[in-house]
Amino acid sequence: MSLELILASSIIFVLAITIPILFVLSKKLGPNSQGNKQKNLSYESGVTNPIGGSDSRFSVKFYLVAILFVLFDVEIIFMFPWAVNVRELGFFGLAEMFSFMILLIAGLIYVYRIKALKWQ
Amino acid sequence: MNEIAIIIETVIKAVVVLAVVAGMAAFATFIERKVLAYMQRRLGPMNVGPHGILQLAADGIKLFTKEDIIPQNAVKPIFKIAPVIAPATAFTAMAAIPFFPEFTVFGYTVTPIISDINVGVLFIMGVASVGMYAPLLAGMSSTNKWALLGAARTVIALLSFEVVSGLALLAPLMLIGSLSLIDINDFQNGGFSSWLVWQQPLAFLLFAIAGFAETNRTPFDLIEYEAEIVSGYATDYSGMRWGLFFIGEYANMITVAFLVSIIFLGGYNPFWIIPGAIMILIKISAFIFLFLWVRAAWPHVRPDQMMWLCWKVLMPLALVNILITGIVLI
Repeated sequence: MSLELILASSIIFVLAITIPILFVLSKKLGPNSQGNKQKNLSYESGVTNPIGGSDSRFSVKFYLVAILFVLFDVEIIFMFPWAVNVRELGFFGLAEMFSFMILLIAGLIYVYRIKALKWQ
Repeated sequence: MNEIAIIIETVIKAVVVLAVVAGMAAFATFIERKVLAYMQRRLGPMNVGPHGILQLAADGIKLFTKEDIIPQNAVKPIFKIAPVIAPATAFTAMAAIPFFPEFTVFGYTVTPIISDINVGVLFIMGVASVGMYAPLLAGMSSTNKWALLGAARTVIALLSFEVVSGLALLAPLMLIGSLSLIDINDFQNGGFSSWLVWQQPLAFLLFAIAGFAETNRTPFDLIEYEAEIVSGYATDYSGMRWGLFFIGEYANMITVAFLVSIIFLGGYNPFWIIPGAIMILIKISAFIFLFLWVRAAWPHVRPDQMMWLCWKVLMPLALVNILITGIVLI
């Protein structure tokens, strides 16, 4: 690991010192009513007791978008080294990356065609 | 010996960045209320201090001394960790940003960047995307329906627009040939006409839109849309923990403003007779004002419209932009 990356993490150490101090101070200064059952219920639009659990189902589209993100973002990470060296790689590199990008666009069109991004 | 000096210098810089950015974030909330108020022909906060300037101190004290409520059903360790992730990633991303040009104090040259990482842009994008865990874990550990739905919405919004911002940045990086933000800034030192926004207007537009989405600003503020999901992932949070989310959000805004200014708007190069340090302050202030102006002027979009915009409009446009840039370069 290079020195620069170690230095970049210095801000995490500073935060690791300041945030616990803030929490301890805030806890000392503020009121505390951990024993109050009614108060510590989760909020649900004024209804006193939450109705049902929070493990309710939601649309599978959320998962689909997340999986599509993994595909496309990994491809973008591949393109970063190429983008920095595009001049040195010249025409051959450009042609290679364009054929890769045509696959990417074909994948995108396939995603449109199976209506993975169509929300009801 | 020399390395110890570098480490001490870096820690001092980290403390300064943390203090200044946290102060700027607090001040940005005050400015936001004032600007929105004047745009709606109101006065905004006026009672605390001259023109309400001490309102931010009052808000800070109120958040700080508020009771720390943890809902009894919540998964406690994750519920406690989640709000720390938001400011931690937002501030760590700032490690690779050169804030000002080099300056000299008492014969000692200071470079106002915590660490000149040679893959700066990738570092910022990577660390900022780790920040996505904050809303996700917060929403899932609260065991609250609104929080769960808010977390799911937040995550797909941030994920989708991260693809767009990555693709938008590729085209300017092809021109520059470096990932270090100092090199990107030096690339544009030829005055007004060398700003990258003139060569890459489409990339600038895409990156700005993605920036709005990634910081949850108004046209895309679906995650905290009160009428639909109360307060999104932060429904069950209060006091200090909510305050940490808030600081993280505003720190992200400032990061995006700096990134846009450095990559597209000429960075901290001097302009005419204005020195570089003042120039970049003007640029980030203007961009933050743009954030507020858009909030005052535009209604927000539906989640399905946002997905449509991201995957069917912005992504093909970004790919076409890369293709055109490549053809022009070779």
